[in-house]
Amino acid sequence: MKHETPLLDQLESGPWPSFVSDLKQQAEKRAKNEEGIDFQIPQDVVEDLLGVLELSFKDGETHWKHGGIVGVFGYGGGVIGRYCDQPEQFPGVAHFHTMRVNHPGGKFYTTKYLRELCELWDLRGSGLTNMHGSTGDIIFLGTTTPQLEEIFYEMTHKHNQDLGGSGSNLRTPSDCIGQARCEWACYDTQAICYDFTQEYQDELHRPAFPYKFKFKFDGCPNCCVASIARSDLSFIGTWRDDIKMDQEAVQAYIGGEIPPNGGSHSGRDWGPFDINKEVINLCPTQCMWMEDGKLMIDNKECTRCMHCINVMPRALRIGDDRGVTIMAGAKAPILDGAQMGSLIVPFMRAEPPYTEIKEKVIEPIWDWWMEEGKNRERLGELMKRQGLQRLLEVCGFDPDPRMVQEPRSNPYIFWKEDEVEGGWERDVDKFREKHQR
Amino acid sequence: MAFISSGYNPDKPMEDRITDIGPRKYDEFYPPVIANNKGKWLYHEILKPGVLVHVAESGDKVFTVRCGGVRLMSTTHILEICDIAEKHCDGYVRWTTRNNIEFMVDSEDKVEPLVQDLESRKFAAGSYKFPVGGTGAGVTNIIHTQGWVHCHTPATDASGPVKATMDALFDDFKDHRLPAQLRVSLACCLNMCGAVHCSDIAILGYHRKPPMLDHEYLDKMCEIPLAIAACPTAAIKPTKIDGADGGKLKSVAVKNERCMFCGNCYTMCPAMPLADQEGDGIVLMAGGKVSNRISAPKFSKVVVAFIPNEPPLWPTTVATIKKMVEAYAKDANKYERLGEWAERIGWERFFEKCELDFTHHLIDDFRDPAYFTWRQTSQFKF
Repeated sequence: MKHETPLLDQLESGPWPSFVSDLKQQAEKRAKNEEGIDFQIPQDVVEDLLGVLELSFKDGETHWKHGGIVGVFGYGGGVIGRYCDQPEQFPGVAHFHTMRVNHPGGKFYTTKYLRELCELWDLRGSGLTNMHGSTGDIIFLGTTTPQLEEIFYEMTHKHNQDLGGSGSNLRTPSDCIGQARCEWACYDTQAICYDFTQEYQDELHRPAFPYKFKFKFDGCPNCCVASIARSDLSFIGTWRDDIKMDQEAVQAYIGGEIPPNGGSHSGRDWGPFDINKEVINLCPTQCMWMEDGKLMIDNKECTRCMHCINVMPRALRIGDDRGVTIMAGAKAPILDGAQMGSLIVPFMRAEPPYTEIKEKVIEPIWDWWMEEGKNRERLGELMKRQGLQRLLEVCGFDPDPRMVQEPRSNPYIFWKEDEVEGGWERDVDKFREKHQR
Repeated sequence: MAFISSGYNPDKPMEDRITDIGPRKYDEFYPPVIANNKGKWLYHEILKPGVLVHVAESGDKVFTVRCGGVRLMSTTHILEICDIAEKHCDGYVRWTTRNNIEFMVDSEDKVEPLVQDLESRKFAAGSYKFPVGGTGAGVTNIIHTQGWVHCHTPATDASGPVKATMDALFDDFKDHRLPAQLRVSLACCLNMCGAVHCSDIAILGYHRKPPMLDHEYLDKMCEIPLAIAACPTAAIKPTKIDGADGGKLKSVAVKNERCMFCGNCYTMCPAMPLADQEGDGIVLMAGGKVSNRISAPKFSKVVVAFIPNEPPLWPTTVATIKKMVEAYAKDANKYERLGEWAERIGWERFFEKCELDFTHHLIDDFRDPAYFTWRQTSQFKF
């Protein structure tokens, strides 16, 4: 190896897969180059990455410079410029740009396709990736400026593949595994994710927003892609009719024939399954009970938290009248503290071509946010600044108690003039006829 | 190294240009058993840690073997995944939201050979390449950010502390002994591109020194109004500084006591770096979740205000996390998430049981919502 890495080497022991070992095997493969690849960026790029990382471990500080405007022609996102602040010492990573590659829904792959991507990235980049970035993209980590257009050209021409989002635009939408392999998915998360990604390609590639904007699609309220916590518009599958029940399977759970919660507590003896303790008493709305040996649910009172269904997946199933609940404004703490998504649509159908969602929710919200949002203001912050009422007004939604945790506890209502009989224009002289100064 | 053209002509960038085509369509990559049964799954069961079976209405079953992946992954490693997927799974594989790799087979007899194969593969220095686990009431993979590998604003590394933490939690990656699932996440600065703010345990990099001001560079480089506007606490104002050549430089002044160390100014202006070996370190947060199960989604709360960076193994961070996990494992009820447990027993008990100090840093004083986190009842525990 080109650089000594005594600190990093300590991260090679222990059972969890070692990224240091992986970087080293990659460095070695590039050095040997048994396949005779005509590397388009420095052959020792990975060795220099190990070197600069070791230096950071020593210094306790990063050695990457602040961004840099690089990209591909016509796009304002998808590429993040990165330069090393010690380029003389580590020339292989002097330029080390990132490309975001829009991942397929559900993150399913064929090896044929993965091999194609690897071949492209070994030739024109470091061969290092993130599988995947936090938003969902495949991240190509580390290439030089002259390679960006070449990679984009090959990607679009040979692999029918586009870049993902970055900067003040629509970020790459992402989804849970959904109906592909989950019995709880209330709508086809992959279909809607793909449809919106295609529909809004312009917004994804060309920054026209005040700041980033994220869509995420969770098939059910278990929220495996965390849409409720991190997406400006979060789509959570739900249903309006009754939970479907199989009383025989309920008995099988009670009798201990089927392990509760799909066997997820098998590592400890929790004692025999107790339907009262583990299901009925934990129901947040207390809408379940046993009657004549049968499990009963007052479905009207159910808030679809998924607990009973999670515990007894073979006995209880999601209803058939399905759609999405839409939450708006979630974000991580920068700037004004973290925000959870707030409910703006209790229920809407999520079936192609999704016209109602696009025209009644997404587009009016974007118009409002692009008009009123300040530079680097997320949707949630605009909602906080102008109020949930404003968003409802923009979308033309009727207020609904389902949209609040509780009604306001202060009476400081910002009445609008047209809501007040007779308006606000008054004649003070007339007032004085009745009231002396 | 000879430049190899892709066919792109820099003189005519629009020639034959293909844009706005989006990702590959998901269903190109479905294994047949998934394509055949999509939307028709009946139920699932975890046969043992890391191994799931999903059963469809048709009677078809798909067996999934989940194993830990490292987010920072080389093509060498991906190609090995391809080899495995071709050997056992007809060339199909998927990743989970939490960086795990899932190999799927369509019959039970294919499971054990696959598990054996995965568990037998180790890196030269001894760590597992594909540890099987990450399901049910255990610890699954840590989602994380770039850290010192690639980011310009981190206050800690990402891959290093993740590796050290997962080594310590490895047994729980491969077991189902916890009361519920435990999600650990890491973001290397409070920009949180990893969105760790709703995790059972969050590891967060944090700066503690206000930005330095590189005035000469600032004058040339930065849009001063943008840097000022970026500050959430209005701690930055414009100023003029005497330059080395006797001239005046346009720059900014920072009211240090108002700085919350978010680094937003640095994002807008590279002449205001914050990173500092002594100043930077780790905040631990706990009790968040994203699921709507039983209780509403919750934010993680700050439970340790600061732990210095201790590369390469971050021993204090790891030991503190381990202590929390053990206290939770011992005391929480079945199905209770870490945050639900803390709320049931009370945060005063949480600190006691986890043997954590409560310091003034943990009392919220950031704007209005802070008030609602102070105790406004006489109900508390001695």
